[in-house]
Amino acid sequence: MDLCLDSLSHRYGAVEVLSDISLTIPQGRIVCIVGPSGCGKSTLLRMIGGLERPDAGAVLQQGAPPADCLNPLTFVFQDFALLPWRTVAGNIELVLEDHALPRDRRARIVADVLARTKLSDFRDALPKQLSGGMKQRVAIARALAVNPAVMLMDEPLSALDAQTRELLMDDLIALWTRAPFTAVYVTHNLAEAVRLGHRIVVLSRRPGRIREVVSIDTPLDARRTGDPALEAHQARLWQLMRDEAEAADKELSNV
Amino acid sequence: MSDMPLTGQAATPAPAPSRPVPFRGGGFKPVPVRYLGALVIVALIALIEWGTRTGAISNLTLPRPSDVLGTFRDLWVTGLLWEHLLPSLSRLAVGSALGVSTGIAVGVMIGLFSIARAGLVPLVAAIFPIPKIALLPLFVIWFGIDEGSKYALIAFGTFTPTVVSTYGAVDNVDRTLIRMGQSFGLSWWSIVRKIVLPGAMPGILSGLRISLSIGIILLVAAEMLGARYGIGAYILEAGSLYDLERLFAGVVILSALGVLTSAAISWAERRLLSWRV
Repeated sequence: MDLCLDSLSHRYGAVEVLSDISLTIPQGRIVCIVGPSGCGKSTLLRMIGGLERPDAGAVLQQGAPPADCLNPLTFVFQDFALLPWRTVAGNIELVLEDHALPRDRRARIVADVLARTKLSDFRDALPKQLSGGMKQRVAIARALAVNPAVMLMDEPLSALDAQTRELLMDDLIALWTRAPFTAVYVTHNLAEAVRLGHRIVVLSRRPGRIREVVSIDTPLDARRTGDPALEAHQARLWQLMRDEAEAADKELSNV
Repeated sequence: MSDMPLTGQAATPAPAPSRPVPFRGGGFKPVPVRYLGALVIVALIALIEWGTRTGAISNLTLPRPSDVLGTFRDLWVTGLLWEHLLPSLSRLAVGSALGVSTGIAVGVMIGLFSIARAGLVPLVAAIFPIPKIALLPLFVIWFGIDEGSKYALIAFGTFTPTVVSTYGAVDNVDRTLIRMGQSFGLSWWSIVRKIVLPGAMPGILSGLRISLSIGIILLVAAEMLGARYGIGAYILEAGSLYDLERLFAGVVILSALGVLTSAAISWAERRLLSWRV
């Protein structure tokens, strides 16, 4: 299933946040959206996932989601959004309970996603016992459990420290290499974008417009930190964003 | 600067005196001190006992604690204690169960539906400050002089604080968790049952602490009007006879009741809210 954004625009009161965004998210690819803070990247993602209504334009699903898909558009949040009163397994079961699934199928799904995210030993732990990286692994496992057509990742690694971020990036690459998923990945971290993105969409500062779309052809599992080609991409992206970021930083927030 | 030889620094004649950095980070953090609470109460009682025995405190101002204990033992031996305590407990249980359950239901409705909020919050604000004891004669006419009016008074008194704390607790549930539920396509009822209610539980339980204390206060007020048995009736009778020992025995029972309900809620909090950080 592909996603197609057709000239999306949005304003909060008098402030225009997004202006005429048209974009295609092809199946099996990771599309990164980068831009200075406050450029409306998270708003854009919420619109793609149907959590917010655009003022103009539409988000279109092209083709049917896979047959065993329980929730086609599935979010991974920056702050994990785990229920603190449920265990790791309970948090994953939460999103399966509303679907009429046989009990053994549900148990199989939970066991499978826990194994894929290396969490099998922690199924009965409560979120308060887990580190930030582990919590985000649980959130990723929960997203995988509904077998999404498109994963919508809202700065999933931004709340984590640098080492944990590296480890989780490796995990995401391993997950994608094993079973390619479609994802829209919002971040302000250019290193993440060049490691994980097949396509990188650069937004301008408010109102957010698409400034440029950069494609990186190196396969995900061949990308290493410090790779000169990636560094060049990152430098170019920074060039594109630098002035915008500086101007955005000086803007008074009128929200 | 740049032409100064590095070795010159090592040759400085007298090393500067060194002293430890003074610690200034203590305090402002409550630490549990065991038994001190009980010790304060015991010391106070011992002081009164000593004062009444030596005559420093006249028998008209305070009863002797050992006499109160004697009265209490009599109550226990004659079985009169249960005759007074059981009706009181059942009134408290029935009345506060009614008030707390409707209060939680209404509070959750206010938290979830804008129409309920707009319509009911001003009403609750209008009812809250009314001293419910002032309405007791009215309740007697509405619900009869028997148990009905006592249940109603306690229910009404526990209802309003429960409503206020419940809708506050629902308002404080983490919105990102609710967005998460919506983003996974959970049904409205699932979101309420699995996200909103458990998330509001800490606030509801701490509101319960206040509601039940108000319930105990109103219990005594209700029993002072038209009850033959009950802690309130017992205290009223002792007061009108100026029997200080019995009056204090009744008061001690009430404060024990307060401590017990508070302990019960603490126990419930430990069981239900073990997930809290």
